[in-house]
Amino acid sequence: MAIYVNENTRVIVQGITGNQGAFHTGQMLEYGTRVVAGVTPGKKGREIEGVPVYNTVFSAVREHPAEASILFTPAPYAKDAALEALEAGIKTLVLVPEHIPLIDAMEIMAFARYRGAVVIGPNTFGVVSSGKCKAGIMPNRFFVPGPVGVVSRSGTLCYEIVAQLMEKGMGTSTVVGMGGDRVVGLNFIEVLKEFEEDPQTGAVVLVGEIGGSAEEEAAAFIKENVTKPVVAYIAGKSAPSGKRMGHAGAIIERGRGSFASKEEALRECGAQVADLPPRIPGLVEQALGQS
Amino acid sequence: MKLYEYMGKELFDGYRVPLPGGRVVQEAHEAARAAEELGGVVLKAQVLTGKRGKAGAISFADNPSQAEEEASRLLQMEVGGEKVERLLVEEKLPLERELYLAITVEAEARQPVVLASLYGGMDIEEVPEEHIVKYPVEVLTGYSPYIAREIGDRLGLEGKVVRSFAAVLESLYRLFREKDAELVEINPLALSGEEFLALDSKVVIDDDALYRQKEIPRVEEKTSLEKKAQEMGLAYVDLGGDVAVMANGAGITMATLDLVQHFGGTPANFLDFGGGAGEEKTSGALELLLGTDPRVILINIFGGITRCDVVARAFVSVKEKQGISIPFFFRLVGTNEAEGRRVLHDAGVEVFQSMEEAVQRAVEASKNNAGGGF
Repeated sequence: MAIYVNENTRVIVQGITGNQGAFHTGQMLEYGTRVVAGVTPGKKGREIEGVPVYNTVFSAVREHPAEASILFTPAPYAKDAALEALEAGIKTLVLVPEHIPLIDAMEIMAFARYRGAVVIGPNTFGVVSSGKCKAGIMPNRFFVPGPVGVVSRSGTLCYEIVAQLMEKGMGTSTVVGMGGDRVVGLNFIEVLKEFEEDPQTGAVVLVGEIGGSAEEEAAAFIKENVTKPVVAYIAGKSAPSGKRMGHAGAIIERGRGSFASKEEALRECGAQVADLPPRIPGLVEQALGQS
Repeated sequence: MKLYEYMGKELFDGYRVPLPGGRVVQEAHEAARAAEELGGVVLKAQVLTGKRGKAGAISFADNPSQAEEEASRLLQMEVGGEKVERLLVEEKLPLERELYLAITVEAEARQPVVLASLYGGMDIEEVPEEHIVKYPVEVLTGYSPYIAREIGDRLGLEGKVVRSFAAVLESLYRLFREKDAELVEINPLALSGEEFLALDSKVVIDDDALYRQKEIPRVEEKTSLEKKAQEMGLAYVDLGGDVAVMANGAGITMATLDLVQHFGGTPANFLDFGGGAGEEKTSGALELLLGTDPRVILINIFGGITRCDVVARAFVSVKEKQGISIPFFFRLVGTNEAEGRRVLHDAGVEVFQSMEEAVQRAVEASKNNAGGGF
């Protein structure tokens, strides 16, 4: 088992003819992902790494049914491409680009909810169910199958942690990059819910960072609903109090969002909090031994 | 991007949000002329920092000569390090009540949210939560008049005032949506008779949408170094400590700073040069860092889409071009690691495998090197 994507997931690539799209199509194929088609308006008939290119998502999925799409379209056109994918019936949509305007992101999320689809990102490295399917841009070699579910707000830091786990002999079930933007499609709670029900996942690593209140909300959820062990790390302990969104932002957070607030919330819900990334594998090993 | 109060009010005016009469002035004698036209006035320094009142950057005048005197005082002020270059001179009006009204983005709900309170005028963070109405707006359908009726009802507004309130909220939502704002705030929103007036404005435009908001004037807030970094596509924040840090990705850069602090060091900066940077961008980042005259440099690379060999070559080329006289600590793992290590080894550079070890050594060196220079 795995969550969001698995060995049966068929993936299309939007923006497949661009540098990133083409390169990562090759990487995903190498990993074993079933990339069935690509889309770039005006480039119909071409092939990238043997994958046929179509002008529209509708025409691509007519010929090659797909459940998921990974989108590399530049930010100014990303909303259009995302809405197209959702209307064409894509159920798992990975948004790689950064700098998508906030209002565009909110509209994509609202439309996805209406269409019953899951959006991962924007500004994400994607999702990988190790050994089965990678819809993302993470380096292939660190993602080997195992019992650890990982959900992260940041990219490179997540690779670092996954690599450290691998070094200690622990592979991953599914690794989800939530995305670094303020408005993203998945939150910790939704992913934790999936990991809790996934039989392959024995323990969960949650990689958060300062700002927002996602970690505090995750902690409240863990307390009531998660029986599997959770190991957390929050980046940004040393950061000076961050930029504020004027007074209105401060009202929403009401003192939440700091490192101390997140750490306390997570400890209180029973999660193990690693004070440094290199301490994570030890805590996970312990957690897996006990469960 | 934060806008000055007067810029926000120019936007308000375009959306017919009612405003007091006012003039933007850059010279004290212009303030006198404004007071001749407007009568009793309030003079407000135009700075991006909040809490102008507490800093003494808001003042009142009953007549033109007093206005001139106050204006010349305010125009010499610095507020939070920011020089006052403009004043907004506005008519002083009799007010019955001051409300708070804002629209912002609630990240967790992935929706815009309206915030309203009868306790405006003061620091809204100090208003108890039960006195603030928080109403999320469904982004696909947007504003509809029932939203204002509902918020008005929860606030306890009655009679014709509800209609005036609805007009302000509708305008504000349209502005929020059409101008790609992340925050529009009116505090206070004053009630004068049955009409509302926006006495202040706070508008923040989404940086990622500036490409399609060409008519909004640009406001520069960053230091010159931060600006230079931004132009190069780097994220740089000055932190004032001893260990200069460079890493690829916001999360891992923060984690590196945390480790520096853990081992008793102080980070000089946050420098994230992103994923997948080419040789030119990488050496640009390094040159920028060297330009800040740090005591020790710590480079932490975990190569995913970033290629270790590219980073190594960039480092060696900068080292050969301008020489690096301060201690540096290089941690390099990930994509094309072997080639990267070879390039650095050939140039006589020691490479660390473990992030912990590299950070620890960098911190020790920053202490030994506290006098500056070797």
